[in-house]
Order: sequence, then structure tokens, then C-alpha cells
Amino acid sequence: MPLDERAINLRKLVVRGLAGGGRGHLGPALSLIEMLRVLYDDVLRHQPDNPLWPERDRCILSKGHGCLALYALLADQGYFPVEALDDFCKRNAMLGGHPEAGKISGVEASTGSLGHGMPIGLGMALAARMAGRGSKIFVVVGDGEINEGSVWEAALCAGKHALDNYTVLIDYNKIQASGPTADIQDLEPLTDKWRSFGFAVTEVNGHDVAALRRTLTSLPAGKPNVVICHTVKGKGVSFAENNPDWHHKAKIGEKEVSDMLSALDSYHA
Amino acid sequence: MRKVCLDTIHSLAHRDPRVVFIGSDLGAGVMDEMKQSLPGRFFMEGIYEANVVGMAAGMAMDGFIPYVNTIATFLTRRAFEQVALDLCLHRLPVRLIGNGGGVVYAPLGPTHLAVDDFALMRVLPNMTVVAVSDANEMRRLMEASLDWPDPIYIRLAKGGDKVISCEDDGFAIGKAIVRRRAMKSGHILFATTGVMTTHALAAADSLAALGIDSTVLHFHTVKPLDVDALLEHAKEACAVVTVEEHSLIGGFGSAILEALSDRLLTLPPVKRLGLSDEFASIYGSQNDVLEASGLMPAQIADTTAQLFNAIIEGARR
Repeated sequence: MPLDERAINLRKLVVRGLAGGGRGHLGPALSLIEMLRVLYDDVLRHQPDNPLWPERDRCILSKGHGCLALYALLADQGYFPVEALDDFCKRNAMLGGHPEAGKISGVEASTGSLGHGMPIGLGMALAARMAGRGSKIFVVVGDGEINEGSVWEAALCAGKHALDNYTVLIDYNKIQASGPTADIQDLEPLTDKWRSFGFAVTEVNGHDVAALRRTLTSLPAGKPNVVICHTVKGKGVSFAENNPDWHHKAKIGEKEVSDMLSALDSYHA
Repeated sequence: MRKVCLDTIHSLAHRDPRVVFIGSDLGAGVMDEMKQSLPGRFFMEGIYEANVVGMAAGMAMDGFIPYVNTIATFLTRRAFEQVALDLCLHRLPVRLIGNGGGVVYAPLGPTHLAVDDFALMRVLPNMTVVAVSDANEMRRLMEASLDWPDPIYIRLAKGGDKVISCEDDGFAIGKAIVRRRAMKSGHILFATTGVMTTHALAAADSLAALGIDSTVLHFHTVKPLDVDALLEHAKEACAVVTVEEHSLIGGFGSAILEALSDRLLTLPPVKRLGLSDEFASIYGSQNDVLEASGLMPAQIADTTAQLFNAIIEGARR
């Protein structure tokens, strides 16, 4: 899947954060970019200058370690200045290695430990229903994350409540920290699992902006949705693609930053 | 106590549209009246405490005040990370109501004994921990809970507990109540929480008959601890005796010791009465386990009299 100029620029913001902190999760952020881009550009009703607008749609990044992608989108949308990325993970920074609500404009929930976003989002979806608000709730989870039992607890509960204002997006890059999901904890048959829990299931190429837009703006009604986004871990930085070594890096120096930026500039799908 | 607690949630929900009830498979008939009258804010969910606590967090993030009820160990042990991160880190007004605090479920064995709930909840920043003494005090707590800004863990006792609290005491979260006042200094200060206050009061009566005077200071709120009241009453006491239906590690007695140690240069003798560091090895009744742990009133009186006499003896030497 080719990447357009906006896709490259958003990824460069991720690299800017990595350069600022000298560390961070690259692979898990780069697979997320198009999912978050389409959500923030085309799907969510939100107001960056009024982040607590009650009628807004909510997006929870449950795989909090992908936070650099979220920070890139929030900065790009104007929730805070892009310069904040230069202080990523520094002592008094606003932006830490996992997103924190209350500290960062636009972050709906503090995440980091996996398996928390879906129950929280479920509560938000029920709150919207109780309050008669039209807000939609989107929860972005990782494929490794859905090993967690609380994910399936929330899935059971969402199915019971037939929450059609509740959508889970799975970043199915098929590599978790230690290696392929197929080896560590196979998730297949994944669509069957979600369908059996009462979800409407859609599969999409998670880097295809047009396909994501079509999918996320025409979700089936009457039940909760899951969108399985087939993605590439490290997408856009050739040497990091599908490479578990780039799940997380500490000690990122000028050379690594320069290599990442060069790889993005010369990216060919 | 539990019935009053749940009935008060129902009445609060009628008064305040933010109040939501969430139960985790609580059994047939529980809160049926609220289910009938306010079905939109009544949730009887499955047996998935982590999900229920996270769900309550999401509701609270969007303006609701969820009251969550299930067995205490399942809230405090099973859902600990959700309580820590989803509730405490976000400082959300969710109320966790734990059935069977202490050894109420003695016949059910160690899986159901909430003997570490104070320790687990107390260690979490932003968490408030409450254990009232009786049903009347529970009603006052529930009224006070409505506008408390942070998460609260509320420990429920067995029910049918002797009523010792008075309307005149008033009730404020974080404020200890003097249940019995010594006539003169040099007395024993009982620092107590939950239904152990009732046991301490009975012990105090027995001790009075032996000429040992005591104050009973009831801490319905384990956290934030009313350190000012503790210091004021400890000042004139010859010894402090803490009584709790909880492990001696990390609970109420530990909190009292921490406060005394942090605030005083010279500490009075402190005797902590509670459960030893082991899983219960017997069944029977709540009182059977309390008796095996030296927490029945006569045992508390005996232990305290021995302490008092040792202090007097030491002073004579």
C-alpha cells in the first residue's frame, strides 16, 4: 500500500517524538497511523479547541504504547503544539511513554497496561445512551492486547447491550513484542471470535485511507462493531517493518533518527 | 447494613440523575425495586469484575456516579488494576461496595474472606476507604458519598450488627467519632474501625469494671485517616490499642502506627489487634474466626488489661 505525503509527514512527527525522548515504541505507532488519521480527519465529531465538548465522539487508544501515533495526530489536529513532541518522556514533559488523560488535551483515558480501554469505552457508550447523547465511542486495541481477559469480558458485555455506538478497531499487525502472534498466541479464527460475541465484523486494509473511510463511515447498525485492520508493524520505515526489534527502542540517537527519516523519504510500498 | 446501603442508593438515584447502580450477578431479587423504577440506570452485569470496574470508570468520566456492588474480595483482589488505574489514577467518583468485609464469609473459606481489603485499597492514591459500624451510620455515609469527588471503597459488615452510632454524632468522611470518652488521662485509647468498634466498646465496659478507663475513637474512615483526632486523644493516653477485622499487615492498625510514628517524637505503647498473617484454617461462623484471632470483646479486654498492667508495673520499677 503506497503512502501519500500526509502519511509520511505524520510518521515524521512520530520520529520527532522518538528523537525527543531518545526512546519509544516505533513499530506499534507506525501501524496505527492511518487508522487514527481517518478517525480524526473524517469520522470523529470533535473540537480541538473545545476538547471536553460533551457531544464529541470519543477515541480511546487502548494500546497506549502506540501513543506516539496518537500524539502525532493530536498535535496535527491542533490539540497542542507539535513542539511538545521534542520533550517526549523528558522529566517535566506533557507527553509520556503512555497517554495520560487530564495531562494531555484530547486524550480520553490513561492507558498503558493493556486491556483497559474496552471496558472504559463500554461505560462511555452506556453513558451516552443514558444521557441521550449521540456520541460514538471508538476503542483502538492491539492484536497482542486482545490476549487480555478483560477484552473478552467487555466484548461479552457490549454484545449483551447491543451497543451500536461502540466500535473496536484492532491493529492487526500480527507481531507482538516477542514475535509473530501466530507463534506467541494465535488469534485465529479472529472474525469468528468477534462474531460469536455479538459484534458486526468488518475487515479492512489498515493502511488504505479510502477503504478505512468507507468502512468507518458506514458501520452496520444494531450491534457493536469491530473493524479488524490488517496493518504492517513499523509501516513506512523499511528496516522496522515486521521487525520485532523495533517494537520498542531505548537509546535512539542521531544516526537512528536520520536512518528513520531517510527511510520515510525513500519509502516505496 | 447492606440493605440500608442498597436502599439508600435507590433513593439517591431518585434524587440525583447521575446515580447509577451496577451489580455483578448479585443474586435473584437484589435491587428489584430500582430495577423496576429506574431501569435505565440499573445494571445487573455478569461475573467480570475487571469489566464492571472499567465500565463504571467510563460512566464516571462522562458525568455519572456509579455505585458498584459485589463481594469485597472480587472488587479488591480480582479487579485491583482496574481500581488502581481506571478509578484512582483518573480520580473518578465511583463507589465500590464490598460485601462480606473481614471474615463475614467464614464458612465459605479463604477465597471469600476480605482480610486484606484495607491494605489493598489504602495503598492507592486518591482512594477513600470506609468501614462503618452499623446500618444507621451506613445511611449517613451513603448520603455523604454523593458529592465526594474521589473513588470510595465501602466495606460492608455482616448485617444485623448492633446499632451503636447516634444521629447526634453527625457524619463527615474522614472525621473520627468519639464513641466513649475516658474520665481522666492515663487511659487506654482504643482506635477502632468497622464493627470492631462495637467489640471495643464492650471490652471498654469490662475494663471499666476493673478500674481501667478508656476512650473509644471510631474511625469509620480508614483513609484519609483523621490524624488530628488520633493525636489529640493519644496525647493523654497511656497506650493505644487498635482493633480491626483485617490482617495486621498494612491495614488500619498499620495506618495508626504510621501516623503516630510520623507525627510524634515519642510514641505511646501501641498494641495492634487483628488477624495474623495466614489464610484462615477454620470455617464456622464469623465469631468463630474472630475468637480464634482474639478479637471477641472479652479477649480484647483481657489483652488490654495485660498491657495496662504491664505499663503500670513498668512505671513502678
